[in-house]
Amino acid sequence: MERESMEFDVVIVGAGPAGLSAACKLMQLAEEKDQELMVCVIEKGSEVGAHILSGAVLEPTAMNELFPDWKEKGAPIKTQVKGDEVYYLTGENKGIKTPNFLIPKPMHNEGNYIVSMANVSRWLAEQAEGMGVEIFPGFTASEILFNDDGSVKGVLTGDMGVAEDGSEKDGYMPGMELLAKQTIFAEGCRGHLGKQLMETFNLRDNVDPQHYGLGIKEVWTIEPEKHQEGLVVHTAGWPLDDHTEGGGFLYHMENNQVALGFIIALNYTNPHLSPFDEMQRWKLNPKIAHFLEGGERVAYGARAVNKGGMQSVPKLSFPGGLLVGCDAGFLNGAKIKGNHTAMKTGMLAAEAIMESMLAGDISSKELSLLDEKYKASWVFDELHKTRNFGPALHKFGTVIGGAFAWLDQNIFAGKLPFTWHNTTPDHETLKPAALAKAPVYPKPDGKLTFDKLSSVFLSSTNHEEDQPCHLKLNDPSIPISQNLPLYDEPAQRYCPAGVYEVVADENGEKKFQINGQNCVHCKTCDIKDPAQNITWVTPEGGGGPNYGNM
Amino acid sequence: MKILVGVKRVVDYNVRIQVKADGSGVATDGVKMSMNPFDEIAVEEALRIKEAGKAEEVVAVTIGPKVCQEQLRTALAMGADRAIHVETDDQTQPLTGARILKAVADKEEPKIVLLGKQAIDDDNNQTAQMLAGLSHWPQATFASEVVIDGDTAQVTREIDSGLETLSVDLPAVISVDLRLNEPRYVKLPNIMKAKRKPIEVLTLAELNVEVAPSVTVLKTSTPAKREAGIKVESVDELVTILKEKGLI
Amino acid sequence: MSKVLVIAEHDGSQLNGSTARAVACASQLGLDAIDIAVLAADGSAVAEQAAKLAGVATVVLVQNPVNENAVAALLAPQIEALASDYSHVLAPSTTFGKDLMPRVAAHLGVPQISDIMRVESATVFDRPVYAGNAVITVEAPEGLILGTVRTASYPAVAQDGAATIETREVSVTLPTHTRYEGLKTSGSGDRPDLQAAAKVVSGGRGVGSEENFSVIYGLADKLGAGVGASRAAVDAGFIPNDHQVGQTGKIIAPELYMAFGISGAIQHLAGIKDAGTIVAVNKDADAPIFEVADYGLVGDLFEVIEELEKAL
Repeated sequence: MERESMEFDVVIVGAGPAGLSAACKLMQLAEEKDQELMVCVIEKGSEVGAHILSGAVLEPTAMNELFPDWKEKGAPIKTQVKGDEVYYLTGENKGIKTPNFLIPKPMHNEGNYIVSMANVSRWLAEQAEGMGVEIFPGFTASEILFNDDGSVKGVLTGDMGVAEDGSEKDGYMPGMELLAKQTIFAEGCRGHLGKQLMETFNLRDNVDPQHYGLGIKEVWTIEPEKHQEGLVVHTAGWPLDDHTEGGGFLYHMENNQVALGFIIALNYTNPHLSPFDEMQRWKLNPKIAHFLEGGERVAYGARAVNKGGMQSVPKLSFPGGLLVGCDAGFLNGAKIKGNHTAMKTGMLAAEAIMESMLAGDISSKELSLLDEKYKASWVFDELHKTRNFGPALHKFGTVIGGAFAWLDQNIFAGKLPFTWHNTTPDHETLKPAALAKAPVYPKPDGKLTFDKLSSVFLSSTNHEEDQPCHLKLNDPSIPISQNLPLYDEPAQRYCPAGVYEVVADENGEKKFQINGQNCVHCKTCDIKDPAQNITWVTPEGGGGPNYGNM
Repeated sequence: MKILVGVKRVVDYNVRIQVKADGSGVATDGVKMSMNPFDEIAVEEALRIKEAGKAEEVVAVTIGPKVCQEQLRTALAMGADRAIHVETDDQTQPLTGARILKAVADKEEPKIVLLGKQAIDDDNNQTAQMLAGLSHWPQATFASEVVIDGDTAQVTREIDSGLETLSVDLPAVISVDLRLNEPRYVKLPNIMKAKRKPIEVLTLAELNVEVAPSVTVLKTSTPAKREAGIKVESVDELVTILKEKGLI
Repeated sequence: MSKVLVIAEHDGSQLNGSTARAVACASQLGLDAIDIAVLAADGSAVAEQAAKLAGVATVVLVQNPVNENAVAALLAPQIEALASDYSHVLAPSTTFGKDLMPRVAAHLGVPQISDIMRVESATVFDRPVYAGNAVITVEAPEGLILGTVRTASYPAVAQDGAATIETREVSVTLPTHTRYEGLKTSGSGDRPDLQAAAKVVSGGRGVGSEENFSVIYGLADKLGAGVGASRAAVDAGFIPNDHQVGQTGKIIAPELYMAFGISGAIQHLAGIKDAGTIVAVNKDADAPIFEVADYGLVGDLFEVIEELEKAL
């Protein structure tokens, strides 16, 4: 079909820290070099920030470089970290405070800020718009557009007004072609176009598989006398066993609010494990509970993170486009931070584009300059230093691995002359259900712990009801014929939004039900399904969670 | 013929609102704001009337602080021809809002003023009726169908007892209900064009409008939760209770 | 002496039930008298019904051929003329009252308090905002107070009163710009509309299949009720989505809501929180629906419905 199109110099997919930093940096460089530049950012969330979920303790390195005067400009980066506590939880009722000297160095947070990355993104978007960037929230990039020579020429925005059966509804609006000399993909972790690009251009050749974690986060308003603005609390240990990586965080933000959450590595092996329920029961430990009692939960959300680190970073450039931020995977697992690296790689992409542009036509060119810039940057340095952190935890479990991490980071400063690899993708780690013990999770008490649906309610997620399901099964029979007998269909549990259910009809016939409207776009299903049978695609633009200050 | 259509900036309908602990209101920091959904329907209807050749111009108007221009831009991106922003940082209650809209209508002389039946934040459901009252114009509220025929409009109204039809002489105020239409999706090029369409900014002083007597909001609270009732043991017991209460 | 005037809603022959609820609200103002205004073409029958409402002192009957149908633009000037004798004027917050009262308020230059759900004093009221997700307490400024009454918040007053009926002439010039053309009543089918129904029978995933939903329809028809469903039932294809009750479906406030095989996810409860009485029948004694149900019955919904039908 003939589609309308619009042309830009650069199209950026995703208005998160990486995409917006790229946009800002591009405009700054354009002004510096006196260049006219048309830059457009599209964002699938209903507004900038709606799909941004992050801890978050922000290391302001990249922000200092991008906007040295961010304080004067009023950036929502206000709460300096004032206290830094790490607990090793040994059971439901117990936990010990880890002495400061035993904490691996990258986990120290002096000079960092507790922020809402959603609000930081909104602020970055304002700066970008102020410099002339066109930002279009509510529009998805549903497909990659290719030139005849195979290079990327842009993206197609998703059709709007398509019914569940694929027919065109009243007001149907076909997607538009957004064409660009270079397209920057900044979709965040496990971007659905990023995944295709890695396959199409073999960007993952010679690197380890990406490894992921699922972060589940809540925001609470707590009693003022319990609130200590600037306090950062991390926990390790309970409720996870020694072989399951993960941990909790609780950050005291402004206005008597705390952000808290739990990250579980998606290479967990027990198919009965439910990250959501682990997170809920984690709150019952007194080290966490004492802050929350008497408070009220105001927001909920979840998002996958990539934590493969240096060994898993793919090639970043390909003809016509670049991968940045978590779409490629620059999270520093030792620091549990990826916002600064996401921002920085966005900025590096902007530099690579501008420098190449000044040297000649960049249309559909492969700007490997970005790969060079990354390797020469502090992003690479810090990922290199912490490269053995994740694999150590994977290899030796969290206790011995944690001890190694301390030695590696505090004594050898990451300079040990070897690199460990973790070559098993996260979807291949599940044991058969019959060989694993099902954890017994406590019933939600409605005060500290809650059920999935009332949690999803607080994500304010919404999808137009009458639209094709955006969670595609390559083979619709697999959930019931394979995953159910083998793994008791783990989607029922790993999905933190209650999207997947196995229901029986009146004859006892089992059916795999997908409640796509509940989806919070965390991408866990796309990552963890043992058969790699679920593909997350973009729903109608504007659908998904509506996070406030996540 | 000109159509004036009102748009209000409200907390997006998908957002779970939170009452502030001190009872001073509802938390709006970092909360997604949108055009009131009923107003979107009003804009859509105005555009459809224009596209049917029965009106020449659609003018969107809003009242509020500077940020409300975002919602005017949405109306412009949908297809409104121009926009008027009556700027005030004060909360505007319906009677004052109606006075402002009357002043704008006196200036613009539209044949139809289309408004949402209510805003989904304060849920007052007053402004359209008040504007009609102040202007001594006909009103047709809760419209689910609007047919323009020369100098009159036939409006089907969704009322409790069914669908009522009124015939009103123009100029008139029409407030719209959910089922009137399905607002269009905005197109990317139109969003870009909307950034360049004019927005006229006016103040209450320029419009010579005085703030009307207002109610004072003493506090905002979370509604009482429904309590669990009793478990009955049998259908007979249930039937007896429901009959006693006159429910069956 | 301060008095409140309640505007009666009626269809020319029958007093609408919402009026007795508005009177209940009026009786909490603590004023010296409650009057009811009946504006009609021939309103004697309605006036007599209004005179029976407990606590009412006087029924003010205003008869005028133009009052054949309730048209706000025509009623408003007449009510303004009556209002001068009163400190408060109330109407039910139905489409009738919502349409009419703001127009009166505008002419009189006073604000209106919509959807009064609680009377704290003669000048301080609670009302819902944000679709009932928050409640604000508001104080009216000095002068005449105009309001509409959220009918779900007040039970109707008894019908054991004996008010005097006083016919009043109101001479005001009425506009000719608005003409009533007709009414197509809803429920032209046999089953009442879900949103307007006083009773709703609703089914969830527990119903099991599209065919099984016939028992829900059966009970609904026996009760004269509308039919609702949870999203799970809609998603499972048991029933079309225009029956969906809840956050993304319809938000309803019937007097009686009967939930069969509905677990009661918060998304569903958001659609029924204003229902008068909630009855829940579910096999699972721990289903969240029981946390909000006034009357819960743990059991097989099919057996319960069968017994119910026999008992009705």
